Amino acid sequence: MVTADYYLVLSAILFALGVAGVLLRRNALVLLMSVEVMLNAVNLALITYSRVWANVEGQILALLVIAVAAAEAAVGLAIVVSLFRHRPTTDVDEADLLKG
Amino acid sequence: MELVIFLVLAAMAVLAAVGVVAQRSAVRSALFLLLHFVCLAGLYILLNAQFVAMVQIIVYAGAIVVLFLFVVMLLGMERAQEPPDLRPYYGLVGGVLALLLVVGIVWALLLGGAGEITAAAAGGSVRDLGTALLTGYAVPFELASVLLLVALVGAVALARKRL
Repeated sequence: MVTADYYLVLSAILFALGVAGVLLRRNALVLLMSVEVMLNAVNLALITYSRVWANVEGQILALLVIAVAAAEAAVGLAIVVSLFRHRPTTDVDEADLLKG
Repeated sequence: MELVIFLVLAAMAVLAAVGVVAQRSAVRSALFLLLHFVCLAGLYILLNAQFVAMVQIIVYAGAIVVLFLFVVMLLGMERAQEPPDLRPYYGLVGGVLALLLVVGIVWALLLGGAGEITAAAAGGSVRDLGTALLTGYAVPFELASVLLLVALVGAVALARKRL
């Protein structure tokens, strides 16, 4: 029998993997992918609670998170493209234009 | 049976997430991301959220991964390998921090008591979600469309030739 705890622990592990990706990687594209992993982990937790409480609101919120994630990916990738035009690299450490 | 399906999907989702983070090539990361999204869609179906699972496949696996692959190839980064870190302890520190985060989140979740998955389930069909979205949650639903429009305009404005 799969309990809700299994799903929540899985969600925590996936979220931490996304955080590790954001902390460790320097490629801006992989950074955005790690953010998507984190958003998906949150969605998993939301849908688990929706199932536990037999309430459809968690799924509604998950759908809104998906919409926000799509917007975030589009704008983030546009920023990466724009940054690449300025300096041909996707290394986020190279993006130090505002550093004094 | 349910436990077996859950364990297979969960193991694949975790391994795919590790692949996203650990692969040095951005194209392989994007393909592991695709596998990750599909595994999560399977988990959503296990949780009786069929419509969200389908949206997950269409939006994430269909649109977002294609967008990532498109940008990776547009920028010609598919052959670029990220150079190894100058300081090798970075990986260790990041791993320990991530592990601490897992322990913290799990502790907080289990302290609160997650509750049991009972037979009574919220509907996850298009009808249930459509009714909820267009009655009680009509305002957030419409705001999401405004957000997508703003993101569309913003992405076009940001990616233009002259910033």
